[in-house]
Order: sequence, then structure tokens, then C-alpha cells
Amino acid sequence: MTEAKRCLNCKKPQCVTGCPVQINIPAFIQQVAEGNFAEAARIIGEDSALPAVCGRVCPQETQCEGKCVLGKKGEPIAIGKLERFIGDWSRENNWCATKKSAENGYRVAVIGSGPSGLTCAKELRMKGYNVTVFEALHEFGGVLVYGIPSFRLPKETVVKHEVENVKKLGVRFESDIIIGRTVSVDELLDKWGFHAVYLGTGAGFPNFMNIEGENLCGVVSANEFLTRNNLLFAYKPEHETPNFVGRKVAVVGGGNVAMDAARTAVRLGAEVHIVYRRSEEELPARAEEVHHAKEEGVQFNLLCNPVKILGNEQGWVNGIQCVRMELGEPDASGRRRPVAIPGSEFTLEVDMVIMSIGTSPNPLIAATTDGLDINRHGCVNADEDGRTSRRGIFAGGDIVTGAATVILAMGAGKKAAKAIDEFLMKK
Amino acid sequence: MYKIIKKEELGLDTYLIEVEAPKIAQAALPGQFVIVKADEKSERIPLTISDTDLFDGTITLVVKTIGYSTRKMLSFRVGESFRDIVGPLGRPSAFIHRPIGELRRARYCFIAGGVGIAPIYPLVKWMYAHGLNCDVIVGARTKSLLFYLEKLRPVSDNLYIATDDGSMGEKGNVNTVLERLVKEEGKRYDEITAIGPMIMMKFVSMKAAELNIPCIVSLNALMVDGTGMCGACRVTVGGQTRFTCVDGPEFNASQIDFDECMRRQAMYDHIEHHKQKEGCECMDAAIQAQVPTSGRVPVREQKSGNATLMRSALDIMQKRP
Repeated sequence: MTEAKRCLNCKKPQCVTGCPVQINIPAFIQQVAEGNFAEAARIIGEDSALPAVCGRVCPQETQCEGKCVLGKKGEPIAIGKLERFIGDWSRENNWCATKKSAENGYRVAVIGSGPSGLTCAKELRMKGYNVTVFEALHEFGGVLVYGIPSFRLPKETVVKHEVENVKKLGVRFESDIIIGRTVSVDELLDKWGFHAVYLGTGAGFPNFMNIEGENLCGVVSANEFLTRNNLLFAYKPEHETPNFVGRKVAVVGGGNVAMDAARTAVRLGAEVHIVYRRSEEELPARAEEVHHAKEEGVQFNLLCNPVKILGNEQGWVNGIQCVRMELGEPDASGRRRPVAIPGSEFTLEVDMVIMSIGTSPNPLIAATTDGLDINRHGCVNADEDGRTSRRGIFAGGDIVTGAATVILAMGAGKKAAKAIDEFLMKK
Repeated sequence: MYKIIKKEELGLDTYLIEVEAPKIAQAALPGQFVIVKADEKSERIPLTISDTDLFDGTITLVVKTIGYSTRKMLSFRVGESFRDIVGPLGRPSAFIHRPIGELRRARYCFIAGGVGIAPIYPLVKWMYAHGLNCDVIVGARTKSLLFYLEKLRPVSDNLYIATDDGSMGEKGNVNTVLERLVKEEGKRYDEITAIGPMIMMKFVSMKAAELNIPCIVSLNALMVDGTGMCGACRVTVGGQTRFTCVDGPEFNASQIDFDECMRRQAMYDHIEHHKQKEGCECMDAAIQAQVPTSGRVPVREQKSGNATLMRSALDIMQKRP
């Protein structure tokens, strides 16, 4: 409450413009300051389905907090922490933020139960649609359950509760259904009686570098390592999924997922080395994550690029050969392009390599849906509001943008819900 | 939940499980598989769909006990349910997309080794259902490992059987039969599909290359999600990395790096073993056998933590000659 009282309650709140789902931030902070937590939860609930999640994983420093006027001279309001508090408060007090609305007769299928699917489902349900969420895995939450580790986002409490909240609104959830295999998008529209489909399947297909030695035993994608530990709890002895953790592990990549993989490996007892080809300044991970990783003893090998992975006679990894890099001219992304320094090759002796160099959308839906336009990165082409090249099919989140953040996916889910509403109401 | 409606012992350690999964039964095509998660704490295990029944809305799976997880699956009784089954996964067999005229002109041979008989059956059945001819060769170490013969016989033109010990059919392996058919009986095959243990597929692939017959195999790589998310099932085909779960499971055999496949398949063998039961005697024996006598003898305390367990597993793997 003391922190909340620092808020100036600006006339033209910049924080709201920084928020992809445009939560009325000053209004909820005002309620926190006055101790009306339920009212604060209601205000957030109008715009966000997942406050306890966003409060934890949003890059606030570049969004709401980055825009806060107080940040110009001193420290911005800790908006993320306040949101997290409200999210946790409503869970602990069993406070349900929204009421059920009557059904309007239209049925919408939401593919994927990650942040964008959950948001879209919630928004549509609140507008009166009959919504079913289809999930390929055995748990709901998408990247929130398979990707982000529990130490950053507690699954059993936080994620489960947020999914339950969407369920309570009357959204139906179906697991173990893989769209494109169990049933196609066209069948959902033609035979399963849905009037519109929202594709929120994310970007779950791991990229590899295509360098020598990448298929040695002991080389895994960050997705595999995190899925084993997060979704299947392989680190717990009572769970049966086997887990392999090296003694000395190289994590290739510098994003949030790389930090998650590195910090997970540290927790399993490994000595962990990040290998990233640019410098610290360009690390795509949130500053907070890098800070935590360093605190936990993760070593950063910056301006290093893997050239090949070395293995022993049994086909297991025993090292990773890297070359040192220097930063050259800025490239298309505006970041300075790393250039290899000739003759600077060196070998890092490791017994495990975790590849965390990004993910792409799974090609399955695009391959099984006629007339759905995709771009050269395999992302579905959709406009600002999620309309694809096919009438009645909408898309948003990582499947459109490529791997990005939870909150951007939620923003896309929210916009698409509005567009789906307009589309169906005009019919 | 997916209810088990039939369970039947087919052979040594091999069981048929028929389970209610109407949506999967509806969508399944030959060559596709499912991922089964028996209960809350189980692994996700890939299994080929061996048969479907749209009338009852069921799929049939054949499970052989190879480790803790398969043994656990088989501890489920009729009337009980598996927690999760997702599918059908993977690409269906390529031949089902070919024009029927082309299929009619070609001569297909299906070769199955051991538990590979289960995934071969739907392919042969598809051929039969489309009025096409094909030969089938099945092989196993011994008679008690063979099954499905009564299902295969009516749908194939010729069913050849081979056992290593000669307890049923010809004495020898599937390759001996294949070679005899082609070289001595003058059979002509335009394509072979082989399914079985990795080593068997490797040898059939070599024999097929020798006989100049295109060969397709269905890989049973390790998988976690089975939907293209993890890359655990990576395999090198024609010098390129492919995911067995979404690009396969069937690949052109001549382009596969089988040795890499076998190494990758064994990647978690020791770790899995450790996880099953602490103090497993089998593992103790393995440790005793592997650790050089001059080294430290493992004691109970070293096996208390999971991380330590995994470490010693790694040691063993790397010390293996």
C-alpha cells in the first residue's frame, strides 16, 4: 500500500499505453492504496485473464514501468509487484473476478491453452460465446506449464488457478487433442459445429544451429530440457520421466528461455556456462533474469559462437568448440552484427549442451489447413486484429509473431477476441 | 480418461490393449502412433496404433515390457483407464497417398521383427482393404515371441515366418528369407517396409540395398511430447536433421544414420533404470561390473540424491568400453 501511494495518478497515464492489454493501471493502484484489493482485482480482471502470471513474467521495465513518469527522476512504481500481489491475493482469498454471462449461441474453438488462447477464451466467454479450448498436451497452460520453470512461475498454485478461473466462467477445456491430426481446423468448422477458430498454438518448434555434432547424446533443446522438468517433473524421483543433467553444461543462447534452462540446470547441480554470440548489452533476456542467473553462479561466455560440438567414442558430448566474436556494423535488427575473429577457436569442456536459440511455430496447422497464408518464417499471416487469409480463422501470439512474450500473446488474444466478436455479430 | 476394454497376452511379455479413444480411431491412418501417459506420474510413451475399431470407438496398442513404464502400463486392468492418449501422431505411410493404379502394378513386401509385427499389421490390412497384393515376412528369436499370425495370414498373399532357433517357420532371420525369396524364388519387390528393433531395421536396410530394393523403415526414437516440441527424436536422414515425430516416423532407410539412432535410443537407459527403484539390484550389479576395481566402490549414500544418481549413470556410460 505504501508503494501504491507513490503513484501520482497521472491524467494521461503513460503506463497504460505501455501495457499490451491496457490494464487501467492507475485505477487499480488507487484501489490498492486504499486497501480495496477486491476492487483492484476487478479492475485488472476487466483487461487481463492472468494477473498473477503477468506480475511475474512480464518485462515491466520496457512496458508499464518503463513508461512511468516517476521513473524519469527516480524509481518507477513497482507495477509488476503490485499486480502480482493482487493476483495472489485474489487466489488466496478465493475471489473470482468475473461473473458468468449468458450464451449467445455461437461456438468458438480456441486452439492452444497458452497465454493467448486463455485470454482469447476468457474475453469471448465474457462476451457470451460458447468457447472450447483444445490442448495437445496433457496439461493446460502452454508455455506457462512446459516452458517457464516453477521457481519463476509456480505451476501448481498460480497457473492452475488462473486456468481454473477461466474454466469457472464456463469455458470448456479439452486436452490430448492435436489440431491437424486428431481433427483439422476445417473439420472443426465443417463438422464439429464451430463458427470461428482462434489459433493460439504458439511457437513450440525448437531451432537448432545445424552444426556438426548437434545430434550427439547429451545435446538437447531447451524445450526438451524444460519440458522434462516442468511439464513432466523429471527432476522429482517419484515421477517416471528420465532426466539427464550434465556436470558441466553449456547453454547456447541469451534469451529468457536460455536463462530458464541455465537456472534449472544450476538447481540440478550443474556448473552452467551461457554461450552467446553478442555482448551483454544485446542479451535478449530481461535484465532481471540475467541478474538472477549471475547471482546463482551461471557463467557468461559472451561474444562466443559455437562452431561444432565434440563427442567421445560412445557418441556422448565432451566439449563444445567456440569461436570468439567481435561486434561489427549494425544489422537489419539494429544490433551490431557479431563477426568471428579468425583463429580464436577454443574448446569448452562440457558433458551437456542445451540449445536455446529460439523456436518457430509448429508447421502442423499451416500444413493441414488449406488456404492459410504463412510467411517465410513459418508464421501465420494475420492482421493487427488477428484476421488470417481464411474467413472465420483468426490467429495471434507467437504463431503470428514468432517467439515473443506472454503479455504480447495475451494482447493479441484480446484483440482477436474483439475481431471474432465483430465478425460473428455481423454475420 | 481412456478406458481399457480388452487386454490379452499375445506372447512372452507382450500384451494387446484395446482402449476407448473414439476421436483417435476416427482419424488414424496406417503408420501413425499415439502417446500414452498412464497416470499422473508416468512418462509419455509413443506406441504405434496397431488397429482401430470405429464401431466400438477403440484403438489397439501392443505393449512389450521393456522397462518400468511399460510394466506399469501393463499393470492396468480391463475397466481401468489411462490418463492421457494423444494422437494420431506422425505422418501416415507414404504409399496410402499414391494412386491406386500405381499401387496395383507394384509389388510390396512388409517385414516385421519381434514386436514390430504390431505396427506392420495396419499397413498390410490397408493393402488388403484396397484390393492390393503383398507379401509379409515376420521374424523373432523364438516362437513364443511371435503373435498376430492369425490376423496377418488372411490379409497377406504369402506369410513367411522365421525364427532364430527354428522353433517355428524357417530357421534364420528375416533377411535369410528375403534373400531366398528374391534370389532363389525369383520374387520381385518394388518396395520393402521394415519395422522392428533398430538393429533389425539396419540389417534389413543393408540387405535391401544389396538387392537393390527401395526400403522404408518406421523409427521408434525416444520422444517426450511427440508433437514436434522437444527434438528428442532427432535423427539424421540424408545428412539432415529430422524429427521422427513430425517428419516421420517412416523414412527412406538408405539415408538413415542407424548407428546414431541406436546411440540416441539408448541415451536414457541407465538413468531410467536408476529412477525406477533406488537400490535396484540390477543396477548395483551393473555398477560393480563397470567400475574398475581400483576405483571407489559405490556405497548406499551415493545413491540418495537424484543428481548423484544421474552423475554416476553418466560415469558408467562414459566409462563403457
